Amino acid sequence: MTDATTENAPYAFVRREALEQQPAPASVAGPWAWIRANLFSGPINTLMTLVCVYIVVTTVPELVRFYLLDAVWTGAGRDACLADKIGRPVGACWAYVLDRYQYFTYGSYPVSQRWRVNIVFAMFAIGIVWLLWERAPQKKIGAFFFFVLLPIAAYVLLLGGANAEAFLRTLIIITIVLMALFLVLSFAPGLAEFWIGPAFLAVERSLPPWKRFQGQKMLILLALVVFGVMAMLAQSAGLPRVDTGLWGGIMVTLLIAAVGIVFSLPLGVVLALGRRSRLPIIQLLSVIFIEFVRGVPLITVLFMANTMLPLFVPQEYSPDRLLRPLVGVALFAAAYMAEVIRGGLQAIPKGQYEGAMSLGLGYWQMMRLIILPQALRIVIPGIVNTFIGLFKDTTLVAIVGIFDFLRTIEATLVDPTWATPTTRATGYAFAAIFYFLCCWGMSRYSISVEQRLAAGQKR
Amino acid sequence: MATIQTETAKPARASLLYDPKIRGYAYQIGLLAVVGFLLYSAADNAITNLRAQKIASGFGFWDNAAGFDINQKLIPFSASGSTYGQAFLVGLLNTLLVASIGIVLSTFLGFFIGVSRLSSNWVLSKLAMIYVEVIRNLPLLLQLFFWYNAVLKPLPDARNSIALPGSIFLNNRGLIMPNPIFAPAFQYVVIAFFIAVVLAIGFYTWSKRQQERTGRQFPNGTITLALLIGLPLLAYFASGRPLTFDLPQQGRFNLTGGMQVYPEFVALLIGLTTYTAGFIAEVVRAGILAVSRGQTEAANALGLRAGPTLKLVVIPQAMRVIIPPLTSNYLNLTKNSSLAVAIGYPDLVQVFTGTVLNQTGQAVEVVAITMAVYLTISLVTSFFMNIYNKRMALVER
Repeated sequence: MTDATTENAPYAFVRREALEQQPAPASVAGPWAWIRANLFSGPINTLMTLVCVYIVVTTVPELVRFYLLDAVWTGAGRDACLADKIGRPVGACWAYVLDRYQYFTYGSYPVSQRWRVNIVFAMFAIGIVWLLWERAPQKKIGAFFFFVLLPIAAYVLLLGGANAEAFLRTLIIITIVLMALFLVLSFAPGLAEFWIGPAFLAVERSLPPWKRFQGQKMLILLALVVFGVMAMLAQSAGLPRVDTGLWGGIMVTLLIAAVGIVFSLPLGVVLALGRRSRLPIIQLLSVIFIEFVRGVPLITVLFMANTMLPLFVPQEYSPDRLLRPLVGVALFAAAYMAEVIRGGLQAIPKGQYEGAMSLGLGYWQMMRLIILPQALRIVIPGIVNTFIGLFKDTTLVAIVGIFDFLRTIEATLVDPTWATPTTRATGYAFAAIFYFLCCWGMSRYSISVEQRLAAGQKR
Repeated sequence: MATIQTETAKPARASLLYDPKIRGYAYQIGLLAVVGFLLYSAADNAITNLRAQKIASGFGFWDNAAGFDINQKLIPFSASGSTYGQAFLVGLLNTLLVASIGIVLSTFLGFFIGVSRLSSNWVLSKLAMIYVEVIRNLPLLLQLFFWYNAVLKPLPDARNSIALPGSIFLNNRGLIMPNPIFAPAFQYVVIAFFIAVVLAIGFYTWSKRQQERTGRQFPNGTITLALLIGLPLLAYFASGRPLTFDLPQQGRFNLTGGMQVYPEFVALLIGLTTYTAGFIAEVVRAGILAVSRGQTEAANALGLRAGPTLKLVVIPQAMRVIIPPLTSNYLNLTKNSSLAVAIGYPDLVQVFTGTVLNQTGQAVEVVAITMAVYLTISLVTSFFMNIYNKRMALVER
């Protein structure tokens, strides 16, 4: 009897090579399995999926039909958008938006002067790109351009008139004097001794004269260029005064948002520092202001600015009707900004404060050079979120009679020229697209910054 | 013998100018002086200006006849016999009404959407994401205009009302619903309800104790529900059905009877609810994500199923993260209800800062009262939410 070994047993089978890999069964992989696992895994889930699909199927084609397929793109009046006049179902009346976009952009700003607004828009765009584009050079000059030069240019160009031109001349004289001063200082840095610390002065002394105080000289040069161009424009084209009552549209919306941003940030820093101050009275006043403003709706602040501000100043200085909500919005945003920045200040470890103090820095030097740069970097997403809120809140000025973008749309809706059944839906859609793009863009930017800042913490 | 001079040199006394204490006092006194001067000059100017414009000051207007009517009122109010003080109350109650209903609804909607965004159901989570992105990136005022002017205003007029089931009619004057009329005997139903609440709480405490002692579980939810619904229902039939409805009747030109819910209220409520829900959804999502996955896995390892895991492990921990921002969203909703003025819902701002201010011209008093009301609401709400937050907070050593 032989051993029934594998060698000689004829019925034995041994696999000598690996099998071809089989695809996973259809019930665990592939699109059908994914759909089953993610969309129809249980009765509730199935119901949810069906409801969602039903919502999408009923709304999306309807929206596409209304806003694109059946939309009217050209036309000069309401007849172009009336179904019985053109003999087909009519969707959105984009012809109305195309006809009125000038009004939506500038309000009632005189047509012949709109180039002034365009220049300010362009400067605004340059400033935004300069500050927000990560790789743009010379961020400090950019900040100076956006936070100092742009407001001045906006005031002079948008308002115009004798006062603005006189203001511009004074500014030019001041910048020229400053330029001369720094040119003198470049050759005789010793004169700056009483004002700049000896260490900084030593640095400047080590440089050749034309490189000394370069930062300051660049800022002054930029200011001089901007003011000079403005003065030339004023010379050649003239800057007649355009009353703020004529301003409106996107221009006013951006103006309010920009003023809110430009003033709320420094004010918020001051208030946040005040709230964390060890001096009880300063702390108390900051807390009262912040908590008071945060506790009331923006509308009441606007009503207060509108009705009470004129009472609080002498009759002859009664503020302009556009200036009042600007003050209200700026103060309101500052309180929210202060809380965001306070969060950043609290997140800075105590060692940073102690390190700065052990180096012999004073309070303001410590804040300016050590604490605030770090704290502000941390809370950039929070700051941008506040800006988004501020941008959305600019619509509220319509309630106190300012013609912002939304109000100009409302105003055209009662105008019989474009009174059709679909005008309102078109106007609101246009406003929604505008606000959505602005706010969504800001939030995307803040997310990208957040990710960039978190890159160092990633493991 | 030489004496050793042990006297240590006293540090040279620094100039007072560099003493931080003195400096601090100086700054504070300076700031106080500036603020005081600003307040004083503002008050001084206000007095001069008010005198020049011949506007009275003080709160004397409170008891003057109002002379205007308000369409939605929770307390009796008429143009002829009511005062500005009563107008204030009507507005305040309307604000509180829309805010409280809005808070409840937006919490439910917000939690639903927040959880949906984390759902494994792809379609559901994407839809929730689109909802949140769209709602949060559009101004509330635009949304209110949309609901009021583009959705509710184009509804048919009263003659062609849309009839919904249950004798509810929808037209451009709002929602006309059956008006409940309570007979005096209805109080028994109310009493029965409160007894049911007490019994339910008692049963819950008892069953909890039983469970801790013996491990036996009771169907808490079913029994509580049965108590809360059954007992009042029993009382309702026992006391001879004391509730009747005044049904709206479709007449030739108009609807008569019923209870009218104004379109302004509906638009404001929908707008505030959907807007705030978008923010609450993000708060909820962040809260749930803040609970680490290990917690869920540990709960599963202990043998808990998905429902109890969520209820007993994830949500209690997520609530700690959720509550503070949820509070501020509730406050935002209350403050945002002041946008009612844009669509004409008679809330506090519309009635008081709008009509009363225009009629009396007493800006300082009216705006101050309005702000004081919102401040009080804010402070009271955050006070209670802080108490709740403290109870929920992690107890550490």
